[in-house]
Amino acid sequence: MDIPVNHQLTRIYTGGRSFDRELPTVVLIHGAGHDHSVWNYQARHLAHHGYGVLVPDLPGHGASHGTPLRDIDAMASWLLDLADAVGCTRMRLVGHSMGSLIALAAAAKAGDQVERLVLVGSVAPMPVAPVLIDAARDDRDRAHAMINQWSYSPAAQLGASATPGTSLPGTNQRLMERQPAGVLATDLQACNAWLDGLEVAAAIRCPTLLVCGERDQMTPARAVKPLCDALVNAAGGARMMTLPGAGHAMMAESPRALSDAIGKFLK
Amino acid sequence: MAQPGLFGRETLALHAGQSPDATHGSRATPIHFTTSYVFPDADQAAALFNLEQPGHVYSRISNPTNAVLEERIAALEGGVGAVAVASGQAALHLAVTTLMGCGGHIVASRSLYGGSHNLFAYTLPRFGIHTSFVDPRDADAWRAAIRPETRLLFGESIGNPGLDVLDIPTVAAIAHAARLPLLIDATLVSPALQRPLELGADLVMHSATKFIGGHGVAVGGLLVDGGRFDWEASGLFPTLTEPYEGFHGMDFAEESPVAAFLLRARREGLRDFGACLSPMNAFQILQGLETLPLRMRAHVDNTVRVAQHLADHPLVEKVAYPALASHPDHALGQQILPDGCGAVLSFELKGGRDAGKVFIGALRLFSHLANVGDAKSLVIHPASTTHFRMSATDLAAAGIGEGTVRLSVGLENIADLLADLERGLAAVGKLLKV
Repeated sequence: MDIPVNHQLTRIYTGGRSFDRELPTVVLIHGAGHDHSVWNYQARHLAHHGYGVLVPDLPGHGASHGTPLRDIDAMASWLLDLADAVGCTRMRLVGHSMGSLIALAAAAKAGDQVERLVLVGSVAPMPVAPVLIDAARDDRDRAHAMINQWSYSPAAQLGASATPGTSLPGTNQRLMERQPAGVLATDLQACNAWLDGLEVAAAIRCPTLLVCGERDQMTPARAVKPLCDALVNAAGGARMMTLPGAGHAMMAESPRALSDAIGKFLK
Repeated sequence: MAQPGLFGRETLALHAGQSPDATHGSRATPIHFTTSYVFPDADQAAALFNLEQPGHVYSRISNPTNAVLEERIAALEGGVGAVAVASGQAALHLAVTTLMGCGGHIVASRSLYGGSHNLFAYTLPRFGIHTSFVDPRDADAWRAAIRPETRLLFGESIGNPGLDVLDIPTVAAIAHAARLPLLIDATLVSPALQRPLELGADLVMHSATKFIGGHGVAVGGLLVDGGRFDWEASGLFPTLTEPYEGFHGMDFAEESPVAAFLLRARREGLRDFGACLSPMNAFQILQGLETLPLRMRAHVDNTVRVAQHLADHPLVEKVAYPALASHPDHALGQQILPDGCGAVLSFELKGGRDAGKVFIGALRLFSHLANVGDAKSLVIHPASTTHFRMSATDLAAAGIGEGTVRLSVGLENIADLLADLERGLAAVGKLLKV
């Protein structure tokens, strides 16, 4: 569905079912240079298991109008504005990579409005290699190639995609190419510049799950641990789990395992 | 590697789409001879049908062996994915029916494989889909033939059998200016020689029966989605941008902006038209695909030698092969086919139809049959075989004379091939008493 958020038309994918605000709401947030479609399987899974699902294209991404927001706090505020726009008073947040920082910041701002939090491929802070930021600004093809190299496990780089007949690197490259010039660079700079993650994490009180890919080169499991440790006030303590064999692009590489993990945790 | 993480063609041809089998460690791609797949439980069955998770349900729609072939050709072409089908003709039909229905219109090059010409000129009109054929070298003709109901532009990388090189960047720009996609039949070049998606095409199809398989033992077709065309922005493709009641009310372009075409082609076209590829054929085609880059280099080397030999022969009127400086598309070929212009050429013998028959009859290594792209050298007389349905006028427009002979040059020793051609030419000399 397309709705205005802060006077800008926003594309929101709802997992193949009409959004029902009477159901528990889950918001899935994509990462840098992406759009809602990275969450297709998880969104459909949740929409068919009793949730109202919202998967927005962030401003300036995918089919959403506007320009990309320049910092994580602004993205988090925008996300809460989106929740207001659809009349959602309580929600569960799930974010991937940059989307996980947005989810973390939004959960801290929203307090009890956020009931559960899932951070997929998440570290805080999230430093981005200068060579990648430079490439995203000056040589997008090179940036896309670097991201593809670092996003997938060694096996997934060459193939054997979970989705029959689909090339994971090819799909990811085309998805990044579709975003307007400057979007990826803006997103990566926002990730790199947000240094408040560990401090913000202490403000999180809802149950929180961190999901790591065993072969993730972007946000390796060892780098996730400090964020997990910083979530000291998360109800029941923050939990960390690892998806065997998966790289950073867990939604596509291990769709079933990730959907199961999210589904079980959100119940 | 030009960019980090990008593998070369030779590596992709061997590895893309396959990891060693997790259960048994099989290095080669297993042949999954099964029609259907056991659901672990009712929930997972529902999840597969709802597209909550990927997987195989029924081999008409997807099969693990076919999926390796699909992913491999997608990687080689630089696309987002592919669908393997029963033949090249099935791939073309699937592309057309995914994009349009009754009332649709296609603009196609008039230099086409005879079977494709037949589909467009005689069969699709029965279903309300019409085609305008244009001179592939005439950009204005492409532009002028586009109508409000046009939904596709179509051409071959190298037009069969006239060997016209299609100016893909120019035709793609014309298509995109009209918010239309360009489909390229790249059968005669294969991804070893050209990647049409990099030149601006949106969709690529192959008769995998030809060079991709290379062995001439398995019929198959492949349709690759480039993932760049913006179906929503075009506004001309309701099959991809409006809810489809036949599959969960899915709006394919919303579901996957980059793979909308592929989704509909599989979820509607393969499911309902049913032109699926046998996993045995997929396996056989994969065996050939593993050596495609090596084979194409050898094909091109032999073909250049054959073309030069024929061009220098006094009994040959003309040779059509874009690598020759005499070909009208030579400069374009150098530009967009830098690794070679394929292994098919045609030539006109002095003496017309009778000379053609005598020539073919005298050959021993070249097999007289209706195919191209075999590892073995092949020969045919198009006017009496592949293009027999075309009128004399249409034949002439496609650059085919009554005495035109088409060769598909194989991988035999070049000296043996030249000797065989000399045998045929000697027979022609005897006929013409020269």
